[in-house]
Amino acid sequence: MLLRSKDKHEIASSEITPKDTYRAFQTTRRSLLAGMGAVAATAALPRRAHALSPLKVVPSAYTVPDRATTPEAKAQSYNNFYEYGEDKSDPAKNAGKLHLRPWTVKVEGLVKKPLTLNIDDILAYRPIEQRIYRFRCVEAWSMVIPWDGYPLGELIKFIDPLPSAKFVQFISLEDSHVMELPDGISWPYAEGLRMDEAMNPLTLLTFGSYGETLANQQGAPIRVIVPWKYGFKSAKSIVRIKFVDKMPRTTWNDMASDEYGFYSNVNPSVDHPRWSQAHERLLNTNSFLPKTVPTLMFNGYGDQVAQMYAGMDLRRNY
Amino acid sequence: MPSRAVPYLKAVVHLLCLVPLLYLLNLYRNGSLAAQADPVNFITHFTGNWALWLLLADLAITPVRRLHASLAWLVRFRRMVGLYAFFYATLHLLTYVLLFSGYDIPTAVAGLRAGHLLEPWTQLKLVWPTMLDDLKKRRFIQVGLFAWTILLALAVTSPLRVLRAMGGKSWQRLHRMIYVAGAAACIHFWWLVKAGVRTPWKDTAVLAVLLLARVVYLVVKRVRKRGAPVAVQQAV
Repeated sequence: MLLRSKDKHEIASSEITPKDTYRAFQTTRRSLLAGMGAVAATAALPRRAHALSPLKVVPSAYTVPDRATTPEAKAQSYNNFYEYGEDKSDPAKNAGKLHLRPWTVKVEGLVKKPLTLNIDDILAYRPIEQRIYRFRCVEAWSMVIPWDGYPLGELIKFIDPLPSAKFVQFISLEDSHVMELPDGISWPYAEGLRMDEAMNPLTLLTFGSYGETLANQQGAPIRVIVPWKYGFKSAKSIVRIKFVDKMPRTTWNDMASDEYGFYSNVNPSVDHPRWSQAHERLLNTNSFLPKTVPTLMFNGYGDQVAQMYAGMDLRRNY
Repeated sequence: MPSRAVPYLKAVVHLLCLVPLLYLLNLYRNGSLAAQADPVNFITHFTGNWALWLLLADLAITPVRRLHASLAWLVRFRRMVGLYAFFYATLHLLTYVLLFSGYDIPTAVAGLRAGHLLEPWTQLKLVWPTMLDDLKKRRFIQVGLFAWTILLALAVTSPLRVLRAMGGKSWQRLHRMIYVAGAAACIHFWWLVKAGVRTPWKDTAVLAVLLLARVVYLVVKRVRKRGAPVAVQQAV
């Protein structure tokens, strides 16, 4: 369902700051800030308010027939996006400040040619599929969400990384003008995947959900969705993609490596130190009573991903 | 404060302490609790927060009362606020047992309706191993349960009759455990949040100030006691 009206959020194209002006403004502003350590300059930041807009999506074979889809309002009001605050209701309150255009994604590291890609070019590169995935948070709750995007592998094939690239690192936006960036976590947020995981057809480069562009608090305008891993592996608001030969730094693993492994595959038999991962609260109803269901190995995607971990001790490589 | 006003004020404090519960019930009634993305998580945090806040409020009564002799009447609200802290802590514990653990409420209720009076118990036995496992493995649950157990002991011994039966000294010794409960509640909070999350700071700071106020009071009292004879000597 799309609720859209001509209201204060909509800005006439004539009012949009031209990119060059904006860039020039940014540059001057930065040098100004550097020079005088100014405060309160944020008020002058040009902002583009954002309303969800429809995406042209094609249906896919990826559905979750045995589970109802989570109501959209729930998926967009309960988000772990620590840049906007620690409470799961904070991102929906605070992420409105994020401006989504201009937005570029830098591609760097072990690639033939470093690139800076424009979000609209990435978006238009392949048809947008709608895939309904189980989404399992490490905090033992889960949702069922239709994500809109195309396989990350398609973009990686286009980027053409060097054979020496063994891992991909995703860096999220870090911008104190539009984000809270609470103390205690070293920003920017970074996540990563092994190359074969990134190339797995399930790994979705995601621009939207429920047939609309992503809400800011969901990690607009571009994120990944890795459905067989805990939610925090699915980096949001990506600004850099880096190809590397060693296992890259990832934020939660940095913070507490005993709680969040690099792999973080959904695994009911490996407890989080503070709670069991054997069950999850399925948040897909409009009832206040909880629906607790057993957690599935690889979040139910074992057929598509288990072979990547053949021979690995998943208890140690949690 | 004339003593005659205290009963009226008590009614007001009762109402104030019940406001969070009424608020929660109203959220349930008007459907906005169900519209919450994760109602169980919300109820858990809501009841846990209010248990802690009321415990802190309770611990604030004595230091505030000591500020001035005219505030002595405040002590008459200490038991009541403490009992409300225990009340919300109990709701918090029940949330864990009935909503968090996977306890099957619909089946239990359906069983009751069909006349199987033991069905709720049967359901509890089903989730019991999970809860026991949690308790064995997770220190934040252990310390939380410890805090609740202290509050339970204080609640049970709170009637005047029990105080008289116990004798003031040993009663007071037991009731000093409220400091331990406050500390345990804060530790419970710290141990359950993710690394890097600073949310429990404010509550911890308030607890630290309230405990420190007592230390300062004791030190000042002792110094005055020791100082008094000296002053008298000098005056002589």
